[in-house]
Amino acid sequence: MTDWSPSEHELERRRVRRRLRTRSVLIATAMTVLVYVVVGFGITASPGWPRFQDYFLSWSDAKDSLPDVWDAIWLNIKMFLIAEVFILVFAMLIAMARVSRSAWLTPLRISAIVYTDVVRGIPTILLVYVMAYGMPALELQGLPKSPFFWATVALVISYSAYVAEVFRSGIQSVHPSQWASAEALGLSRGQALRHVVVPQAVRRVVPPLLNDFVSLQKDTALASAAGVFEALATSRDYSLYNFNFTPYLVVAAFFIAMTVPLARLCDWLTARMRRRELAGAL
Amino acid sequence: MSDAVTDAASLLSVSGLRKSYGDRVVLDDVSLSVEPHEVVCLIGSSGSGKSTLLRCLNLLEEIDDGVISFDGREISDPRVDARAVRSRIGMVFQAYNLFPHLTVLDNCTLAPRRVHGVRKADAEARALELLSRFGLEEHATKHPDRLSGGQQQRAALVRAMCTSPTLLLLDEITAALDPELVGEVLSIVRAEAAAGTTMVIATHEMAFARDVATQVCFLHEGRILEQGPPAQIFSSPREERTRQFLARVLPPA
Repeated sequence: MTDWSPSEHELERRRVRRRLRTRSVLIATAMTVLVYVVVGFGITASPGWPRFQDYFLSWSDAKDSLPDVWDAIWLNIKMFLIAEVFILVFAMLIAMARVSRSAWLTPLRISAIVYTDVVRGIPTILLVYVMAYGMPALELQGLPKSPFFWATVALVISYSAYVAEVFRSGIQSVHPSQWASAEALGLSRGQALRHVVVPQAVRRVVPPLLNDFVSLQKDTALASAAGVFEALATSRDYSLYNFNFTPYLVVAAFFIAMTVPLARLCDWLTARMRRRELAGAL
Repeated sequence: MSDAVTDAASLLSVSGLRKSYGDRVVLDDVSLSVEPHEVVCLIGSSGSGKSTLLRCLNLLEEIDDGVISFDGREISDPRVDARAVRSRIGMVFQAYNLFPHLTVLDNCTLAPRRVHGVRKADAEARALELLSRFGLEEHATKHPDRLSGGQQQRAALVRAMCTSPTLLLLDEITAALDPELVGEVLSIVRAEAAAGTTMVIATHEMAFARDVATQVCFLHEGRILEQGPPAQIFSSPREERTRQFLARVLPPA
């Protein structure tokens, strides 16, 4: 079998395939360039373009604000990383509570339903206000009063509700036959959930989960409303002093730079799972 | 590429077909020709390449060498519109692959309406006629999961036949059914064969293959080791491998 070499016909076919591929690459390139040139021209030809450049695209202001924004963005990243861990844990617990069947867990089930209904209905910024200004006012013993802490709590509360629903939809998308075969092996419902259903559910919800996390990354900027001096607050500070809005775009660039690696990581994870589990079916 | 030599009389002809996944060669120098109204049965153990061959014929796999011609035209040319070819070839899968969100009737009318542009009423009339011919008229408005395996597979056959394909490819369509349901599915295939539909069938049902096939191909490790009329293959196989395989699958005489 190793002495096989492609026939003349096959070599010709490969040449054709290559030509077809080259053709689609060319079409893709030409279309992309065309669209961006047209859009770019349309924007730069607008009457307000020079003034827009002064206010939003000032290179010197970008450079001036960069060090401060750079320092402040770490606060956003820290908040995101801390919140993410708690959100994943709480959301999974809420989702599992919602799909539980045990009679003993009824109060938990009701709480989970009420929690997601109520929390998802409240604008996140409102939660940030209530937590950051309201909770310290209660003067609870042993709890910090820092706005950073309470803004993070607000994000955890809000996003746990969203992510719980993502997990639940994943759990429910696993075919009932999987429950049946797990239970037929003698696994309890909890064990079936833990070892069979949830692992499959998590795989399926990776893309929507990523969606929520990108959203969370950006919503760390809401902490600025609570007086946390993170990236957005820093750039607002700069803008108000210097009458230039360029730092806002600098912050936007930072947020984009944060989400892209996350998106690639998610693509890579899903691709690996597909390769591993669907190898025969693809 | 278009000047590839093909047998003008054959509906389907395959020559020198090779397919590999990475280092694993699944089909190696496979040649086969199918005349109109012929029923070709592919037999062989699991992993011998029967399913892959059918998938290649329907252009579901990109082949690594060889030529596949259909109706006098090379279809393994990358420039060929695969959808146009597939619209003339019907395929039925081992796991039925009915669309669970559509009723049986909608499953059957999807391709006629969307691919062939048949009007809804006409498509439904034709589908209902076929469904009732195969005893499924009462299930037309149900969703596939409500049906038994045998009913689902019959529905899948009807779906494939609704577009009146020139060639029907059946991929181990009874392998997932329990023995008492196998008969109801195979009787449809038998009726279609008698009506002159050209078919290529991968199957484990030797009695059925002996009965309906005009030609039987024994595949072993990606090669067609032996082919010929069923009488010859089943009664006096030339190859030792074929004999071993048949000894394992045929009940002792």
